[in-house]
Parts: sequence; C-alpha cells; structure tokens
Amino acid sequence: MESAKHLKRTRSDVVYDAVIFVILTIIFLLVAYPLYFVIISSFSDPVAVAGGKVVLYPVGFTLDGYNEVFKAKTVMRGFFNSLLYTAVGVSINLAVTLPTSYALSRKDFPLNKPITLFYIVTMFVGGGMMPTYLVVRDTGLLNTMWALVLPGALGVYNMIVGRTFFTTNIPSELMEAAKLDGCGNTKFFFHIVLPLSGAITAILFLYYGVGHWNSYFSALLYVSDRTKWPLQMELRNILLQNSVNMSKTVMTEEQLAEKERLEALKEMMKYSLIIISSIPVLIIYPFVQKHFVKGVMIGSVKG
Amino acid sequence: MTVNAVPVKKKRSFLQRMQGNWDLLFFCLPGIVITTIYHYIPIYGVQIAFRNYKAKKGIWGSDWVGLKNFERFFNSAYAGTTITNTLLLSVYSLVASFPVAVILALMLNSLRHKRYRKVIQAVTYAPHFISTVVMCGMLILFLSPRVGVVNTVIKSLGGEAINFMGKSYMWRHIYVWSGIWQGMGWSSVIYFAALAGVSPEYHEAAIVDGATKFQRVLHIDLPFLAPTMTMLLILNCGSILSIGFEKAFALQNDLNIGVSEIISTYVYKVGLINRDISFSTAIDLFNSVVNSILLITVNFITGKMSGNSLW
Repeated sequence: MESAKHLKRTRSDVVYDAVIFVILTIIFLLVAYPLYFVIISSFSDPVAVAGGKVVLYPVGFTLDGYNEVFKAKTVMRGFFNSLLYTAVGVSINLAVTLPTSYALSRKDFPLNKPITLFYIVTMFVGGGMMPTYLVVRDTGLLNTMWALVLPGALGVYNMIVGRTFFTTNIPSELMEAAKLDGCGNTKFFFHIVLPLSGAITAILFLYYGVGHWNSYFSALLYVSDRTKWPLQMELRNILLQNSVNMSKTVMTEEQLAEKERLEALKEMMKYSLIIISSIPVLIIYPFVQKHFVKGVMIGSVKG
Repeated sequence: MTVNAVPVKKKRSFLQRMQGNWDLLFFCLPGIVITTIYHYIPIYGVQIAFRNYKAKKGIWGSDWVGLKNFERFFNSAYAGTTITNTLLLSVYSLVASFPVAVILALMLNSLRHKRYRKVIQAVTYAPHFISTVVMCGMLILFLSPRVGVVNTVIKSLGGEAINFMGKSYMWRHIYVWSGIWQGMGWSSVIYFAALAGVSPEYHEAAIVDGATKFQRVLHIDLPFLAPTMTMLLILNCGSILSIGFEKAFALQNDLNIGVSEIISTYVYKVGLINRDISFSTAIDLFNSVVNSILLITVNFITGKMSGNSLW
C-alpha cells in the first residue's frame, strides 16, 4: 500500500480512514483504561477508590497498599518461590529445547522424522489429568519444585519455533564446511550454532518464562505444601477466595470509620498486589515485545 | 548438501547415515526421556478409565470394570450439564473471538498513522501476559457489588448494584468478553503478519479501477487471510471441549456453578478432591475422544470446501 499513497484519496477513503481511526481509538481506550485504573488505584486512598473518586489520577496518594503487601509474609514467600521456579524452569527448558530443536532442524539426521512425529503426537493425544498426576506422584515429584518444571521441560510448540529458526538461520553449507575441518556436531553446536542463537534464545526464554511465572494449574495439582506455593497460588487465595490476613486487626472499640477504612484497604491491597505480581513481566515487556511477535511469526511458518 | 551427494545418499543404510550423527541423538535424548515418562506413560495409564483404581493395587493391578465408569458418568445428572456448559462456553468463545482478531488485524493494517498503530499494538498485546489469576482477580474486583468500579458507576447513575459474578446468566458473557479483551491483540498478530504478504500491486490495480479503500480491504486483504483463518479455525475446533480449566475454575463460585461447571473442572473435582480416580479419567478420556473426532471432522470438511487442511 506504500506506493499507492501518491494516488488521490477519494472522499469515501477519507471517511473510511476516519471511521477506522475512531474505532481503533475506542479499542485502545477499552484495553488501556482498566490497566491504568489498576495502577492509579494502587496509589490512591482506599476510601476514595471504593467511593468511585479515582478516575484519571491517584486521589490521596499513599503507599499503604504496597506496605500491606510487603508485610504479608506468604506473598513475599510466594514471590521468591516463583522467581526460583521460573529461573530453574527456564534453564531446564532451554537446555532441553535448544539441542532438540537443532538436531531436528538437520535434514541429514536420519531420526529427524520419527522424533518429530513423536512430539507432534503429544500435541493431539494425552493421558489427561489423573494418569499424569499418578505418574508425577509415582516418580516422587509431588510437593517438590520438580513437579512444576520437569513434566513440561519441552514445549512442542516452542521446539517447533526453535527448529524453524535453525532451519532458516543456520545454512547447511556452514555445517559442511565445519565438517571438512574436522568439527563434529557437538562442537559445531556449542561453538557456532549457540553464539548465533541470541534471538531464538530470547524468544524461548520469554515464552517459557512468562509461562512459569503465570501458571497456577500445576501447583494446584501437585503442590499442597503451602511453604512451596508459587506466587500465583497465593494470589489466588487473596484475589479469588478473599482470604486476606491483614497485619492490623480491628479492635471492637474502634470506630466504624476505621473499620471501613481497613475494609477498603483490604480491597486496595489487591490493586497493589496485582502490580507487584506483574513487575517481572512489566520490566521486560517493553524490551522484548518485538521478540514476542517475532516468535509468533516464526511459529506460523509451516515447518 | 551438494548435488552430487543426493543419489549416493539414498543408497546408504540407516547406520551409515547415522555415522557422525550419533551425538544428535544425544541432543534429543533428555527431551525424549522426559516426554516418554510424563506424556506417553500417562497415555498408557489411561487404561485406569476401564479399571476400578485402588491405590493399594496400583495402575496395573486394579480390577477391570469395562465401561462401568462411562455408564456412571452418562447416567449422572452431571453429564448433561457439564457437556452443555463446555460446548456453549467454547462455541460462544470461538464464534465471538475469531472475527474480532481478524477485524482488528485488518483495521490495524489499514490505519494510516504508523506510529499510532505501534502504540495500539503494544497496548493490546499487553493483557496477553497477565496471568489467569490476576485477570480473574481484576474482573472480580471491578465487578464487586460493594466496592467495584462498575457498580460505583451504576450507583452514581441512580441504578441498583448488580452482583455480576453471582448471576448465572451473565457468567458466560463475562468469561467470553474478558477473554476477548485479554486475547484480541495477541491473536491478531498472526493475521497482521500475514497481511504483510499482500502485494501492493493488487491495491494499485484496484485503485486504478476505482475501488474504495473499504472495498479493497474487503476484497483483497480479507481473502488473503483465508488460509490462515482456516488453519486456526481447524485447530480451535480440535480443542473445543478442552477449553481452559484455569479461567473457568478461577471464576467459579457457588452462585454460578450451574453454568460454570465445565468438563475439565468437574474432572479435577472428581479426581483430585473426591479421589475417584478411575471415574475422573473416564470423563477426561471421553473429552479427548470427542476433541479428536471434532478435529478430524472439521479438517475433513474444510479440506473438501476450500482445499485447506492440516494434513
């Protein structure tokens, strides 16, 4: 359409452009406002939030909500558990996925087709919740971090994204040249392929990382020991099941207004909690948005 | 690979071709071992759907009961409710969200302001990275009858506060439209990327012929997306009964359970809470079989109709 620009725009085109502009602006506001509202509410006086006074900017700026979150031991424990699980999980994911992707990208590897099929099958056929649970239990993973990181060590979709990347970015001539110089596959992978794999490592790191950070299903199934809960399980308790342990307790002789304020603070703490739980993703999002999108495009190419 | 090597390659035996490539098999080994243990052994373990699983006897030693677990499910009141709920929820989800992603991509692609487009994209992708728990937490917060911002607005306009999460008839709409809010940007990426492949010559030719911009989007851009749309539609239909456990479970409460109990949440409760493991597996198995049938059927139909199919 770039080169079509010099052609004259008709009146209906001008109308069309205006309509598109307005609709997209509405969509933009619909998506952005709730996110913005969470942010300003987390900094506002809880009573103002509950009273609907917070609309465009924080009212009665305060950090009380954040204070409450930092005082909640369970939340902090969950936060650090999640950091650990994500770090260990992503390391395992990359260590398993990258070599597999590379091996399967090699056309001259005779087991290429059968192994690819082995993985594709798992996308459509599975054992389901309980049979998987029994295997996790019988391998002794229940109530350990490993239950959250081992069973999903290789995501098939991610593996295919990686394979497509290697097929298109590592020319087979390079391998042949290296072979003539007496360089084997292993050496070639570690000394030549990996240094060229920055982009795909970033993409997989993010896909797997966000997955680990955000998931609660595995923990719900496999981890009943609360000291080992990831952050999402603690969030579930507070945000969805409404069981907040406040650091302050209301005395019977305290005034109604104070009681109400604490009630509101309890709600407000949730906004702060949402922000804090999103911090790791928020920090990396602006830097990596283009990588995320690139990953979708690589994945959509038929492998 | 040189041209000369091709005819020679075909004659070589498997072992000859593996020569010098054994280390590639080692590259694959960790993944194969883990996938075998945590994916293939559970597939074999599905047989407990036809057994009466007893912890003492284990998966392989429990007694065979044939189709008893399936009969029990279909004779229970839950079969009808959970299957209906699952179908309604996922069909509604698919029908509502599928066009939104396509339309958003078409609109973004024809937006004249490139800078503004980038901003909209960055913002609409963002909710995709919010976790299910936080997403549902936000919904419950916003819709809370006491302090929720939505009800504050309703009350200030003189209306009565509505307990949104407690109203069964609203649950599906909340589920589906919050899903669209969260996913439309991200789902549009793939279409937007595909649109980069539309040759500008089509547009130029159409302009010369007097086509308006709207006509060009409708008759050039949209048909160009057809293969991508077909592919995604088939894949979505294949997972129509496996609609996410996480979100439905997170949004469930006692008041909306009548519409929010879907097959996967029921499987979880029967299996993990009631410890009725064989029964739970049977329901799960029924679910996957229906999914496979749907996938194959839709793939067959679209293959016949448009020539686009997965295999």
